[in-house]
Parts: sequence; structure tokens; C-alpha cells
Amino acid sequence: MAKLTMVQAINLALTQEMERDPSVLVLGEDVAQDGGVFRLTDGLLEKFGPVRVLDTPLAESAILGTSIGMAMAGLRPVCEMQFCGFSYLMMGQFEAHATRMRARTHGQITLPLVVRMPYGGGVRALEHHSESREAIWAHLPGAKVVLPSGPRNARALLAAAIRDPDPVVFMEPKHSYRAFREEVPDEPEVMPIGKAQVVQSGTDVTLVSWGAMMRPTLKAAAEITEKRGVSIEVIDLLSIAPLDAQTITDSVRKTGRCVVVQEAPRSFGPSSEITALINDKAFLYLEAPVARVTGYDVVTPYFGREKHYIPGAGRVARALEATLDF
Amino acid sequence: MPRKSVAKFAIDHLQVLDEQGVVDAKLDPKLPDERLLEMYRWMRLARELDERMLKLQRQGRLGTFPPNTGHEAVSIPVAMAMGPKDWFVGAFRETGGRLVRGEPLTSPLYYYNGWEEGNILPDPALRITPISVVIGCQVPHAVGLAFASRYQGEDAAAVCFIGDGGTSEGDFHEGLNFASVWKAPVVCIVQNNQWAISIPRSAQTASQTMAQKAIAFGIPCLQVDGNDALAMWVAINEALEHARSGKGPYLIEAVTYRLMMHTTADDPKKYRGEAEEKCAWEKEPLIRFRAYLAARGLWDDAKDEALIAEVKEQVDQAVRAFEAPVDWAQDTAFDHVYGTDHPHLHEQRAEFLANVRFDGGKEADHG
Repeated sequence: MAKLTMVQAINLALTQEMERDPSVLVLGEDVAQDGGVFRLTDGLLEKFGPVRVLDTPLAESAILGTSIGMAMAGLRPVCEMQFCGFSYLMMGQFEAHATRMRARTHGQITLPLVVRMPYGGGVRALEHHSESREAIWAHLPGAKVVLPSGPRNARALLAAAIRDPDPVVFMEPKHSYRAFREEVPDEPEVMPIGKAQVVQSGTDVTLVSWGAMMRPTLKAAAEITEKRGVSIEVIDLLSIAPLDAQTITDSVRKTGRCVVVQEAPRSFGPSSEITALINDKAFLYLEAPVARVTGYDVVTPYFGREKHYIPGAGRVARALEATLDF
Repeated sequence: MPRKSVAKFAIDHLQVLDEQGVVDAKLDPKLPDERLLEMYRWMRLARELDERMLKLQRQGRLGTFPPNTGHEAVSIPVAMAMGPKDWFVGAFRETGGRLVRGEPLTSPLYYYNGWEEGNILPDPALRITPISVVIGCQVPHAVGLAFASRYQGEDAAAVCFIGDGGTSEGDFHEGLNFASVWKAPVVCIVQNNQWAISIPRSAQTASQTMAQKAIAFGIPCLQVDGNDALAMWVAINEALEHARSGKGPYLIEAVTYRLMMHTTADDPKKYRGEAEEKCAWEKEPLIRFRAYLAARGLWDDAKDEALIAEVKEQVDQAVRAFEAPVDWAQDTAFDHVYGTDHPHLHEQRAEFLANVRFDGGKEADHG
């Protein structure tokens, strides 16, 4: 058991999965010699050599396209998009092939591959380096979309993604890469994909979030618990596709109130889907409308202005109070 | 039918000024003295700005940026040769050319400190497209711009820049193919600086030259010493003449070196040796140009010191303007989503402004 950052925890998962299974390999721009621009893949080249840790030419579509071919042949490629803002260049390969191969061949060809990408704002980065676009991938049937929130679940979920039989988009909240440490077990740990985690149980209101937004969400929950003496249930989705409908439904049926916190723009995002789910499964239990704290439907501004565009603990706390007081 | 050769190709390399600044008299474009001095002044100014930006970044007064040092002899002669109707389609290592074209010195400062205001030109008629962060996307844009120029009856070309790494992207190949099929007046400049972050030129492509990639599309090409401003001047004039005369696109490979890091977030020690860098510094573009000016009797140490002081002052002024308080609104993102009016954005803007007031204008707590 060691206290690791998310960067170290993801590196640990990659190392252990590569040790466990010789069919696992890592490819992407600057992942080998440089160890990745965030150092996620540091040391892998030295441990596993250039045949399993590949610095590719600069071409996102070919990184995924070749990964699809490798996966068809039985390898388990873990490819990296350097930033999620560059991932759209591989969208054609992803939609047309990665998500469809299983259905197209009735399961004869499957694609056990992982696409890792850092996402999210708050790090004073250049354009295309700050977006939260998980909904784009989650909208595609056949894609699994995993968003860890801390070092321990990042490690366990990446191990699960690598062992998964289907394409997994693994979106890493870069704001949390080095923001805090957690105890991570030395022995391999795997968490199921598609299962949310109740990180704090409560009875008065349900708070749902994922990825980088878990930090301001938990901060707001603590603040309002202290201020109002209420009991707040906090759910960390961990995966948005598949979405753990049962955990959300059970919680909202119990509390009757729900606030969803999402970094991404509001429209057509996961919070829209969660609100619709609650409408379907828990409408008669609601004491208040489902509230959403989200990004705005604008092009992500450059970092000079981003501080007010990313949901913070203050906004979550205000939404919690309004929902409790409804 | 015997097996026979059906096509053969050759790639020319052009150098006018060697590394010591000795000019090849036959190739010398014989620019007037004032043009030569102007060219050197732009290169000095771009270098000074770059060095200052690095200091500002290290002091936390500027965000991440990609240094341009060593690339001055590529985009500056190109921008000087371009006409007012030509389009300057940059990637992100052409700051010098952007200045020549008419961008203020404050533009890169604002841009790299997280303000879209750095993209706003003093006049859109300058025909400079914004910095293209996503690699390679700008090549098809240039082809479309060139197509439109011809369609609109202009005698103009689009000049686009891309790096050695960018030649691996599909957009580069797709764009060149369109340019060739459409005979579009495009000049594509591959700024081959040997490194795409940590990936050396040798791991980026197995092609012997970057220039030859044009041959696959039927596009004429030339490899140029990209540290030699005079060679770049000769090459861009040939290329623009070719494009404007209706013969279609042209590709220039400018061989240079990324003397600094990819961006300030990167550490080259992780992947390349200092000996290589030291060797590259000896070939950098300003030394040889200055030697050439001196040999022509146009330059000496006193003039150089005076020029350096002058561009320093110019950069000082820009930094002072950049660091002066601004009253730019926080909610401008809502102004520019669409060209049409939408109620949901009005609602969200009101919500945004209320949230800014609630948070007291302080940084929201993102945990």
C-alpha cells in the first residue's frame, strides 16, 4: 500500500497489466521515450521495450485504426490521445469501426482496446486542452466510457478497461492528475465497469457526479452537511456508459431529491440522461425537480476566463440548498 | 511487355547563405539594402519577443507557449514576400511571420495568456488565420482559401505552414491532394525542425526528405535551408509565382531546428542530447545573416547593439500594454456561440453572471 497520485496509479495499472498479459501494449504520441506529456507512461519503455511501448507518428486516426487491427488479431492495445481535444481526428475510426465491429460480425470479431485521454479544464492550458466531452463518446452504442475520480479507482478501472472485451474510452481528469494522493494497494485491484460507487450514504438528497467534478461535489456536500445538518448521499458514477441506473434509482427513491454535477456543457450531456432516467424510474418519489450544475452551452473559453465557467463548490452548494428548500 | 521505369524524381536542395554567412553569388537574390536590413530587424524582433515570452512564462506572467527561436528565417522572408491579398495560414511556430504580416506584438502575449483577444486582428483584411493548435487541420483550410481566391477572381495565393510532425496527419495528405487536383494556388511550407515534441524526424517518417511527399500528389517541391533567410526568399518567390500563374500548388521543405522545447511544458533533456542542440545553435539563422550584412558593409557591432536595444524597447512597450489592466467582460463566450439569437443562451448568461456575483468574482473552487 502506497500513497500515489493518479499519474502514478495509472502507471501502476499499466505496468501490472503489461506484466500480467503479454498481449497488452501501449501506443501513442510521445508515450515511450518521453513517458507521455504528463508522464503517465514513464518507465514503460525501459521495462517492456519498444515492441510493446510504441512512439507513433503524429496521427490520431492511425493510432486508433492500427489499434483496431491489433485488437482484431487478439492483442490488447492501450492507445493514448495526447489530449481529448485531438481525439476527434480519430472519430471516424471510432464510430465506424471500434464501436461496430462486434455487432457487424455478431461477435466473431471483438475489439478489446482502450483509448486513454486526459480531459477537463482548470490547468491553464491552451485551446483544445480543457474540454469535457464525454457525452460524445457515450452517445455511441458499443463504446464504454469510464471516468475515474481518484488514484485508487483510476488504477482499478484502468485494469478493468484493459481486461474488458470491448472498446473503452478512459477519460482521465487531468486536473486531478497530481492534485492529491490516495492509498493504492500493491496487489492488482479491479473494479467493475458500469458500476457506480456510493461514496457517502445519506437520506435527504442525492448528489451525482463523476471525474474531476467529484472534488467540488464532495466539498459542497461537506459544507452543506455542516451548515444544515442534513444527510447527503453522494454517488460517483465512475462510468457513464454503461450508466448504473440501479444505483441512481435506488438512491433517488430513498432521498426524493437529486442534484447532478457535470463539467461538460449542459445540453445533451450525461446530466440530461440522468434526469430522464430519474423521470422514468423515480418520478413519483421526487420532492423537488432534479437540479443540474453544469458547464454552459458555449465554446470553452481560453483559460483567462475559464475560472467561472467550470462548476465550483459554491455553485454545487447553492443548488443543494435550493433543492433541499424546494 | 518488359519491366521498365515509368517515372523518376529528384529533389533539389537550396542554400544561398552558408553557415558562416558566405553568399553564393550566383544564387544571391540581390535584395536592396533596406530590404535586407528590414529582414534582419524582423528576425531580431521575433527573437527578442520569444526570449521575453520565455522569461514571462517562467515568472508565471504568461501561460504555456511554443517558443519560436530558430525558426525566424522561415516565416519572416515568406511573409515579406507575400502580397496583401495572399492568405497567411499558420500553425504555431510562425510568430515572426505573423508580426511581419501585421499582427501586433501584444497578440501572442494575450493569446498565450488565455485570451481570445490575441486572435483578433487590427484589421481582418490582413488575411491571417488563427493559430492552429490541432495538428494539420490548417492545410485543407489553405486549399479552400486558395480555391475561393481564384473563384473570386483574385490573383492571390494561400501560404500554409505545417511542421514535420504534421506531415503524418491525414489532413496534410488530403489537403495536398485536393490542392493538386484543383490546381489551387497554395504554397505549403513544411517547417521541418527535426522534432515533434519527443519524436525525432527519423521516427516520424521513413521518407528521405519531407519535400518528396509532394511528388506523390504531382506537386513540385524544393528543399531549402530553413536557417537561410535568402534561400527562403528565393524559394517563396518561385513558389508564389508558380501558384499565382495558375500552375497549382507548390511545396517547400524548410530544414531548420527546434532550438528550444516544444512548449514550455516540455523538457527536451528527456529525449535528446545537448551535443545535438549545441551543434544546431551554430547553424541558427541570425548569426549567418548578420555576417552577410557585415560582409556587405551594412552592419557592425555598434549597429547590432543599437538594434537590440531598439527591439528590446519595442518588446518592453508591448509587455507594458499587455500587463496593463483590462476591462474585458467575463461573459464574452456567450456573445460568440452563434450569429443568431437564442433564448437558452440568454438564460444561461444570466445564470453565469449571477454565479460570478455569488462567488464574488473570485476563482470558483474546483477542488
